[in-house]
Amino acid sequence: MSEPILSARDVVVKFSLRGQVLTAIREASLDLYEGESLAIVGESGCGKTVFTKTFIGMLDANGWVDSGSIMFEGKDLARFKTEREWLSIRGKKIATVFQDPMTALNPLRTIGMQIQEVLELHKGMSGVEAREHTVEILDQVGIRDPEVRYSHYPHEFSGGMRQRVVIAIAIACDPLILICDEPTTALDVTIQAQILELIRSLQRRLGLTLIYITHDLGVVANVADRVAVMYAGDIIEYGTAEEIFYNPQHPYTWALLSSLPQLGIKGKPLYSIKGTPPNLFSEIRGDAFAPRNPRALKIDFVERPPYFQVSPTHFARTWLLDPRAPKVEPPETIRAMQARYARRAV
Amino acid sequence: MTGNQREALIEVEGLRVEFKVRGGKPFVAVDGVSFRIFRGETFGLVGETGSGKTTIGRAIVRINPAAAGVIKFKGRRINGIIPKDLDREVTHKIQMIFQDPMASLNERAKVDYIVSEGLYNTRNYTDEQDRQAKVQKVLAEVGLLPEFATRFPHEFSGGQRQRIGVARALIMEPEFVIADEPISSLDVSIRAQVLNLLSELQKAKGLTYMFISHDLSVVRFIADRVAVIYKGQIVELAGTEDLFRSPLHPYTRSLLSAIPTPDPRVEREKTVMVYDPSCHDYSREAPHWAEIREGHFVLGNSLEMAQYRALLA
Repeated sequence: MSEPILSARDVVVKFSLRGQVLTAIREASLDLYEGESLAIVGESGCGKTVFTKTFIGMLDANGWVDSGSIMFEGKDLARFKTEREWLSIRGKKIATVFQDPMTALNPLRTIGMQIQEVLELHKGMSGVEAREHTVEILDQVGIRDPEVRYSHYPHEFSGGMRQRVVIAIAIACDPLILICDEPTTALDVTIQAQILELIRSLQRRLGLTLIYITHDLGVVANVADRVAVMYAGDIIEYGTAEEIFYNPQHPYTWALLSSLPQLGIKGKPLYSIKGTPPNLFSEIRGDAFAPRNPRALKIDFVERPPYFQVSPTHFARTWLLDPRAPKVEPPETIRAMQARYARRAV
Repeated sequence: MTGNQREALIEVEGLRVEFKVRGGKPFVAVDGVSFRIFRGETFGLVGETGSGKTTIGRAIVRINPAAAGVIKFKGRRINGIIPKDLDREVTHKIQMIFQDPMASLNERAKVDYIVSEGLYNTRNYTDEQDRQAKVQKVLAEVGLLPEFATRFPHEFSGGQRQRIGVARALIMEPEFVIADEPISSLDVSIRAQVLNLLSELQKAKGLTYMFISHDLSVVRFIADRVAVIYKGQIVELAGTEDLFRSPLHPYTRSLLSAIPTPDPRVEREKTVMVYDPSCHDYSREAPHWAEIREGHFVLGNSLEMAQYRALLA
C-alpha cells in the first residue's frame, strides 16, 4: 500500500471536567491513505468525533492531546498550539461536514455568502470571481438553479439541501481530506441515499480522501473502503469493509453487528449488548469491552491486548487471536450471516 | 395472513386531518386514509418526515381532531363527540409512546409522578397504597429498579428514559399502544434492548401496537403488517414479508431501495430508485385503493392495477 496521507500514532486525548480528568482517547492509532474512504464506527461516546477533531484542532477548550503524534504533510498536528498554525490546515487541507445541517449554517446570512466567505478567506478570491466560483460549487453539489439559490437563506432549504450546502462549504477550498461526521443521521432514508451518492461522486471527481464517522453499519457498507471500529476511545479492529463485515474478529464488532435489526430473526429477541460503556474517568484495565463480553477470557481483565494481524490489511485488538487462546466461535447471528455470504459467493 | 376472522381493534376509514393556516386554505396533512389494525398484531406505519405518519397516530389518540372520516375502537366510533364512558375507556385503553425520551419526560418531576400521571388524571386507583403498588409493578415490568421511582429523569440514560416512557403508557393497562419512533433517538446498542422489551410486553399482555417509524429495517423486524404513507396518503399496505418481497407502488420500491444493508458488496452494486410522482398519469382516472391480492392493498388507477397484477403473477 502507498504511504499514508495522515498518520496518527498512540494519540491520547484528555478532558478536564469538574476538576476530574477524563481520558477520551486511549492511545489510538490510525493510518489514512490517499483517495480512500475510511469509516469510523462505534456507539455514541466512544470517541469517534473527538478523535477526528484532533486532526483539525477543534477540541473543546477543556480538552487537549496529551501524547502521541498526528503526522500530516511532514508536520505533527499534535504539537500545534496557535490558531495561526491551525488556519493553514483547518478548512484548507482538512475540512469537516457536521451532523446537523439545521445548526451548522448561519441563519442570518445567505448561503451564497457563507460559501463565498470561505473562498475569500482561504483562496484570496473576491468580487465577481468569488461569486462565479460559488455558483459553480453549488452546481457541483447538485443544487438546482444555483444562480437563484445563491441569494437564498438557509430556512428556504430542506434538510437534504442544507446538507448539500454544508458539503459545498467544506469542499470550497479543495481540501485533501474530508471528514464527514454523521452527515446523514438527521435525514430521511431516501435523502440519505442521495447524500451518500453525492459524497461518493465528489470523492471520485475531486480525488478526496474521506473519513466517514457513523454509528450506522448499513451506511458504512455503502461508503467505506476500510472500516475502523472504535470502543471506549480506542480502535479495536480495522480492516477492509469486506473483512469487517464478512470476517469480524473482535467480540465488540460481533456484538455491534448482531444487534442490527436487519440481521435479526423475526419473533426471536434481538441480540443486545449488556451493560454500559466503561467510565472514562477511571483507569481501564485490560480489554475495555471485557465486562460486557459474556465470552471474555481471564486475561481480558488483566492486560490490554495488542493488535493481532488477521491479514495484511486486517488487525484486531483481542486476545482471542492469540495462538494460546481457546477457540471461541463467533455468536450464532454472525455465523448465520457468514453462511449467507458464503452461499451467495458460490 | 388472513384478517377476516380476526377482531379489528382499530378501524380507520377515510381519515382526513387538517391544520389551520393563518389567512389561507387549511393544510391537509392526512387525506383519505383507511386501514384496520387487528388485535394482537404489530402494525407498522412507515413514511418520511412530514408524510403525516405521526399525525395519524395523534388522530387516533385524539390529540389532533379528524376533519373527516371515522376512527373506531372495538367497533365504536371514538372521534368527534362521544359519550363520557367511552371517552374514559379510550383514554385508558389507547396509549402512546413518544419519540424522544430526552424531551418527552417532565424534567422537574420524579419518575414516581411521571409514571402515575395518567392514574392521577383519570383517578384510576383506589388509594395511595394501590397507586404505589401499581408504579412498582410497572417499573419492574419494564426492567427498572423500584428505587428509581424517587429519581429525576436527568439521572437516567436514553434507554432507561425510554423505559420510563413505556412504563407511563403501560400503567394505564392499555390494549392498544401507539409507539411513535420509540427507538430512533437511541443508540444502536440500546435500540435492541427497547425493541426486545416491546416484544416481551406484547407477548405477556397481548398488546396491539402501531409502530410508527421511518426506519424500514426496524419495521421489517418488528411489524406483522406494514402501511407505507406518502404525503398524507397510504400508497401500499401488506403483510411485512409480502411488502418487502414484492413491493408494487413506485414509492414503496424507491423507499426499499434506499435502505442501507450491512453488506458492502450488495451496497456497492445497488442502484437507488428515486420516486417521481409525475410517473403516475392520473389525468384521466383518479387512483383508487384496492386489494390486489389477499391482504395486499395498493393505490393506483386501473391501468396501474393491471401492471401490478402482472408483476405479482
